[in-house]
Amino acid sequence: MALSSKDLLGIRGMAAEEIRLILDTAATFKDVSERDIKKVPTLRGKTVINLFYEASTRTRTSFELAGKRLSADMINISTLTSSVVKGETLLDTARNIEAMKCDIIIVRHSCSGAPEYLSTRIKSSVINAGDGFHEHPTQALLDMFTIREKLGRLEGLTAVIVGDIAHSRVARSNLCGLTTMGAKVRVCGPPTMIPPGIERMGAKVYYNMDEAVDGADVIMMLRLQLERQAAGLFPGVREYARLYGLNLARVARATKHAMVMHPGPMNRGVEISSEVADSTPVILDQVTNGVAVRMAVMFLLSGGIKAEA
Amino acid sequence: MSLKEKALILDKAGIDRALTRIAHEILEKNKGAKDLVLVGIQRGGVHLAKRLAARIKEIEGVEPSVGSLDITMYRDDLATRKSQPVPQATDIAFDIQDKMMVLVDDVIYTGRTIRAALNSVMDYGRPRRIQLAVLVDRGHRELPIRADYVGKNLPTSAKEKVDVMLIEDGVEDRVVILAE
Repeated sequence: MALSSKDLLGIRGMAAEEIRLILDTAATFKDVSERDIKKVPTLRGKTVINLFYEASTRTRTSFELAGKRLSADMINISTLTSSVVKGETLLDTARNIEAMKCDIIIVRHSCSGAPEYLSTRIKSSVINAGDGFHEHPTQALLDMFTIREKLGRLEGLTAVIVGDIAHSRVARSNLCGLTTMGAKVRVCGPPTMIPPGIERMGAKVYYNMDEAVDGADVIMMLRLQLERQAAGLFPGVREYARLYGLNLARVARATKHAMVMHPGPMNRGVEISSEVADSTPVILDQVTNGVAVRMAVMFLLSGGIKAEA
Repeated sequence: MSLKEKALILDKAGIDRALTRIAHEILEKNKGAKDLVLVGIQRGGVHLAKRLAARIKEIEGVEPSVGSLDITMYRDDLATRKSQPVPQATDIAFDIQDKMMVLVDDVIYTGRTIRAALNSVMDYGRPRRIQLAVLVDRGHRELPIRADYVGKNLPTSAKEKVDVMLIEDGVEDRVVILAE
């Protein structure tokens, strides 16, 4: 089986079989990170570039480890120290990289659509590591992998995503992925942070967090970006924490086996209390699984005869 | 190209006899079952490895550890395949350091699977010795690799396919040649 495209740009539009293929493949790649010799020769000789226009430690390191464990040659380009500061355009940057014969380019950019823009203009495979407010597909894939690993399935589960949904590419990708795989998704946050029309993507909207987590199987907390306070989207951190923060009382309202997840980094005491953060090892499992899922994606995209873009 | 069954090579009794003989040969060559471990290559070799372990227990009274090995990540043809194969589980729950390992597969053909298996095993540790047991050797080696224990030598043409079917997969025990 193969993925239907040479790129991984987003979860929207991916068939359930493709998502399942990635999750199944990731399960076997997870073993590589548990062995003494954390390397397989699968992508030997391939060159993979991390082209990050936004700061990142977690995602970039995860992709770098994934590539290195597959024996690929990994290069990190952080645009702050590159010719981008001299005004080089995205397309010129990518074309120059392609001219150095790079097989996969992993792009994180503050403009929604930047990875797709590149994918139709360069022959290399493009992996979206987060574009603007649009999508963060590998995060959603690792979240779904983690849920499936812990709860045994995705179909029929109730997942609630809490936080600044409007500005969250993680929320969008997870919403698409979970609904495609048959889960029911609720979104919850202050009205200023829930984009109008999100019901059309399949989500049920809640403004009351106690109701939202009632009976949920998965609670996914999003990081509150404190800059949004200056934009008037929430009045204060303490009020946000009181109304939309995850504490032990709210966790108790969910099902007994409920999972608490967070894409990281956490603001302890804001969207998630320290007690909850320290009682959920799943959040660290997400990080471990991230490397496995990214290895699976790179493996599946690196097949010889590429599908048409 | 749809393949049809051309001939039955081994029926259930034939497979049983071959495995019993191979079990005896393994014990003979290794002078017993001390430090013996069996590793079945996904997917064809896994069930056969378990059957061999059971036979060795019957004969020698000792059951060797059994593991499974997936070699997808070590294949030499990943860059030229139309689509990537989905890797299966590798489960070697024991230390292979200094052990007498017997790799088990159903069919040996070009030998590239075994080359990949050797590379994979080396990333798990350093066995004292690695031997190879196969149910069918169908010729056409492309690498200098040979099996220590062979159930049946079967000359075939490159256009044919050898299919090993086992009860553990829900079908009758049979080994057949398929041709157009």
